[in-house]
Amino acid sequence: MAQKNLKKEKSKVVTAGGDKETYVLRLFITGMLPNSVRAVKNIKAICEQHLKGRYQLEIIDIYQQPSLTITENIIAVPVLIKKYPLPEERVIGDLSDTKLVLKELHLD
Amino acid sequence: MTQEKKKQIKSDNFKFPKAVTGIKGLDDITDGGIPKNRTTMLLGGAGCGKTIFAMEFLVNGITDFNEPGVFLSFEEKTSELVTNSKSLDYNLDKLTRQNKLYLENLQIDRYAILKAGTYDLEGLFIRLEQAINKVKAKRVVLDSLDALFFGLDSFILRSEFKRLLSWLKEKQVTAIVTAEIGDGQFTRHGLEEHVADCVMILSNRVTNQIATRRIRIVKYRGSIHGNNEYPFVIDENGIAVFPLVSEAVQQKSGSIRISSGNKDLDEMLGKKGFYAGSSILISGTAGTGKTSIAASFAYSVCSNKKRCLFCAFEEAPNQVIRNINSIGFHLAPLVKSGLLSFYYSRPTLQNLELHFIAIKKIINEFKPSVVILDPITNLMTEGPNSDIRSMLTRFVDFLKTQDITVFFTAAITVGSIERNPSDEGISSMVDTWMMVQDIEVDAERTRSLCVMKSRGMVHSNQVKRFMISNKGIALGSIAENNNSSSAVVKRSLKEHANLSTSKESIGLKETIR
Repeated sequence: MAQKNLKKEKSKVVTAGGDKETYVLRLFITGMLPNSVRAVKNIKAICEQHLKGRYQLEIIDIYQQPSLTITENIIAVPVLIKKYPLPEERVIGDLSDTKLVLKELHLD
Repeated sequence: MTQEKKKQIKSDNFKFPKAVTGIKGLDDITDGGIPKNRTTMLLGGAGCGKTIFAMEFLVNGITDFNEPGVFLSFEEKTSELVTNSKSLDYNLDKLTRQNKLYLENLQIDRYAILKAGTYDLEGLFIRLEQAINKVKAKRVVLDSLDALFFGLDSFILRSEFKRLLSWLKEKQVTAIVTAEIGDGQFTRHGLEEHVADCVMILSNRVTNQIATRRIRIVKYRGSIHGNNEYPFVIDENGIAVFPLVSEAVQQKSGSIRISSGNKDLDEMLGKKGFYAGSSILISGTAGTGKTSIAASFAYSVCSNKKRCLFCAFEEAPNQVIRNINSIGFHLAPLVKSGLLSFYYSRPTLQNLELHFIAIKKIINEFKPSVVILDPITNLMTEGPNSDIRSMLTRFVDFLKTQDITVFFTAAITVGSIERNPSDEGISSMVDTWMMVQDIEVDAERTRSLCVMKSRGMVHSNQVKRFMISNKGIALGSIAENNNSSSAVVKRSLKEHANLSTSKESIGLKETIR
């Protein structure tokens, strides 16, 4: 079940317009490892709750696309990278600390 | 278990698999290299040479053993690594182009990382795997662990580090991981050294204002290893470790003789002079003519069309040449003809090891049959005595294996001869020891020379008068010059007088009876 979701998520980029800026987020995960599954669940919840209609979320499995680890300089996973609005920022971990994630996304 | 069974088990001759580092000396103290397909921790403070050590391990692997390597740097950028390694004559660009080496810089932006929940270092593993696959690496370096630890939670990193080590084992690569040394425990985080199979510590200590690098193997699972701290140097040829054992004690002991450059002196030394390939020490207080004897020896060697290396630690070569000219030895033409070469350096310029390295290098190029060190005692001030002794022993051993005759001069202070005749303990390790002294004969300073010891030959026990003139050096009897007034003659006359008076008195007593 979870795997299905993930695969869907990978191909689907949620785009939506709005008055405020659109957030471009990238979440790098490692397959179905527990941290990754939790991170996907957590970021989706946060986006739906706080950024409804104005976010792009791309979930990337680095097992599938290992070369991205170099271009994006990834060491610790899961890692959420906020590409836009600038500056680019990153949060590592399963994103269970919602407060901190919101702070980093300037949504608090 | 019976003795036989034990023997049988032992004679199975299991050889622990090792990866030869190719670093001079290190393979001796590790008995063949670092553990193959396992991880070695390289610890040390800033500026100890960890990165260079690790880099040399990789480069040697590629050039000497055809084992491609991966260097993951958490600190220096790859371009910086390439530039820095150029000073050591490593062409990393070329090796990278040949797909033998893979350099990668993993930037850990310490302040831009926020942690929200648990994570692992799978990204690092993926990158490492790509790198290993790219060049088919057999050797891996991670430099340094602290940069990684700094930005991330040590709790997670510990378990990840353990995982990394077993992962590297599975990948069948020999790895070096560098880390800063901490207080008390070896590493700052205090766990890594328990996990690793081999732990080495580098240090760079300053004694008497001279820095010496040292290496020690703290732990080596499954192998014997040297336990001591061994000095090592980093120069333009890379790293060289100096274990005492490395200069094999396979000395040739020939019976070829070499003239000391003075007939009278040869006469004192069993009528033939020194043994070729032996070590000779001449000690004496200031102004007794040590350098003159050394120069006379050098002159005689070069006159016989053999090469001589003169290492001057006190006077500049030009000054030596001028001064020696005044006693009739013209060294300048010999320098020109390439038979005589000078090495001149201030002792304080660098530590003893570096001096010896420099001299060794010249020896390898110049191939002299005689090396003169004038004076060795100037080097003695640089560093604790025990260090110097082991250093000198190694150096002498090195020269002996090359069949090179070495001639030291040693300056000793007045009075020290009585207190400690084996000045700095070097006289015990040389084969021939001569002493020049100022003695007083009839209110006149007279130079004297005697042979204290000379292994393997019958040598004179006489104290000879030793003269330096513009025609060179000459030896003579102390008694013959001043006849009646000389100390010896006077003493014998006195003895004679004593005897005769006692005879007279006896005679007198007899007549009284």
